[in-house]
Amino acid sequence: MPRLLRHTLLILLPLVAALALAPALYGNHLLLFNVIVFLTLAQGINIIYGFTGYLPFGYVGFFGAGAYGFALAVMHLHALPLVALAAGGLAALLLGVLLTPLLRLSGAYFSIANLAAALAVLQIVSNPALESVTKGPYGISLSGVFDPALAYGVALAILAATTFLVIWLRHSRFGMALQAIREDAISAAMAGIDVVRGRVVAWLLAALVAGLTGSVYAWYISVFYPETVFGGEITIFAIVFALFGGTATILGPILGVVILYGIYNAIGISAPQYFQLIYGLLIMGLVLFLPNGLASLLRRRGIDVP
Amino acid sequence: MSPEPPLLSVDGLVKRFGGFRALDGLSFHLNPGEILGLVGPNGSGKTTCINVISGLYAPDGGGVRFAGRAIGGLPSHRLVHLGINRTFQVPKPFLSLTVRENVAVADGYGRNPRGPVDIDTLLATLDLRPVAERRAAELNSAQQKMLDLARALATGPRLLLIDELAAGLNPAELDRVAVQIKEIARSGVALLVVEHLMGFIGEITDRVIVMNAGKEIFEGVMADAIQDKRVVEVFLGGEDEG
Repeated sequence: MPRLLRHTLLILLPLVAALALAPALYGNHLLLFNVIVFLTLAQGINIIYGFTGYLPFGYVGFFGAGAYGFALAVMHLHALPLVALAAGGLAALLLGVLLTPLLRLSGAYFSIANLAAALAVLQIVSNPALESVTKGPYGISLSGVFDPALAYGVALAILAATTFLVIWLRHSRFGMALQAIREDAISAAMAGIDVVRGRVVAWLLAALVAGLTGSVYAWYISVFYPETVFGGEITIFAIVFALFGGTATILGPILGVVILYGIYNAIGISAPQYFQLIYGLLIMGLVLFLPNGLASLLRRRGIDVP
Repeated sequence: MSPEPPLLSVDGLVKRFGGFRALDGLSFHLNPGEILGLVGPNGSGKTTCINVISGLYAPDGGGVRFAGRAIGGLPSHRLVHLGINRTFQVPKPFLSLTVRENVAVADGYGRNPRGPVDIDTLLATLDLRPVAERRAAELNSAQQKMLDLARALATGPRLLLIDELAAGLNPAELDRVAVQIKEIARSGVALLVVEHLMGFIGEITDRVIVMNAGKEIFEGVMADAIQDKRVVEVFLGGEDEG
């Protein structure tokens, strides 16, 4: 598959190389780490929304499940970070399996049900009665495994794998089948596609991506509260970044994160009131005039966006 | 009586929507290479019949056998793999994919027993070759109907259910579609054609089933159907109707 190879070489490789070299050139490593986190989450949104049309308002639930899966494995099983990472991914996968009945819903109903599910998980995790298991609302400290340099590298590897997954979806038969399901599920079934299986696979892939990202986030910051890893703004950011750039493309979510997260960090912290104003106007403009993102601007001019 | 069992046999099929019996004991059969017309007034259950055979609805009673196998209630994609496909009254192609990709998906997942289709040839026979690289959203409605047919044919069906393919086509397009349907049948595919245009049905079908209120009231050739008292009554209204 030449296009698969070409996009891997021209998009994935430079992206990973830039983020691998960046810590040596730029001092704010937490910011760089957050860029990796949002690049991965935006591509996760891309997998589920761009390729199947389900918009998960509760996407952060998988991120939080991953963070807590990691933390519990470290605290209670004294697992090594890489093993705990697998536990975090597994926790998100299990939550994904538990929530598969939501895929029977569509449109806003799915989004709202998913949001409610994420809030429910937050309430369970932060319940003071579960203090002996999850530390309840008092938060987690994983200072014993603190290793930001290694965690950064692992996060980058997860981003690379996720981006490669999206490149593969963009060019594979399975990715095309998912897009067919998104366009019309009945016609897709009459093309011989197992619609339920396709949706569940995409859903679990998206859950796994967020779970692994949440795990590595927990590892990197090592001290956090339930609200830190279940915060609704994590979902909102990931969705807006993906939509701004354009879903069902490889580049769209990357552009979205680079531009919008760039703006956020340039003005959002120094002048939060202007940031919120600009961000609010931007989202409104996006929904009204550019629902398919920046990529659609180019596509309208006949330029194929990878 | 042919010694071979029919490819499709529908026996006492029932489909209920709440208290309404859309299909109320419908029975018929269909042989390979045959074109069977399904006609009847609006609401007589023609499209419901296609929806049940193609797996959109599970039957509430009676049976559907295809190639000797009971298929009632199987999911659509499994039926496609067995060799059943259909077109839709209102086609819903994959709008953001190109015409070629639309057919390629069906080719990739349809498990055509004759192997991968030559997409260019298939598109050419349906006059879609010039628009192959366009997005399906850019096609006009006649072209979208042909694309829907191409999607169905790419899966290599042995039974093809055609739901009002001719509606909305101009006379020249109608003639072409009639030729195409006959050619599909000549290749051994069994066709069930639902249509309101009686001239069109009369021209292409070997046999028709006339439906009313969820069951068949006539079976035979079109020329006899229009002479049949019950058929005339259903379409034009009987004397005792109040």
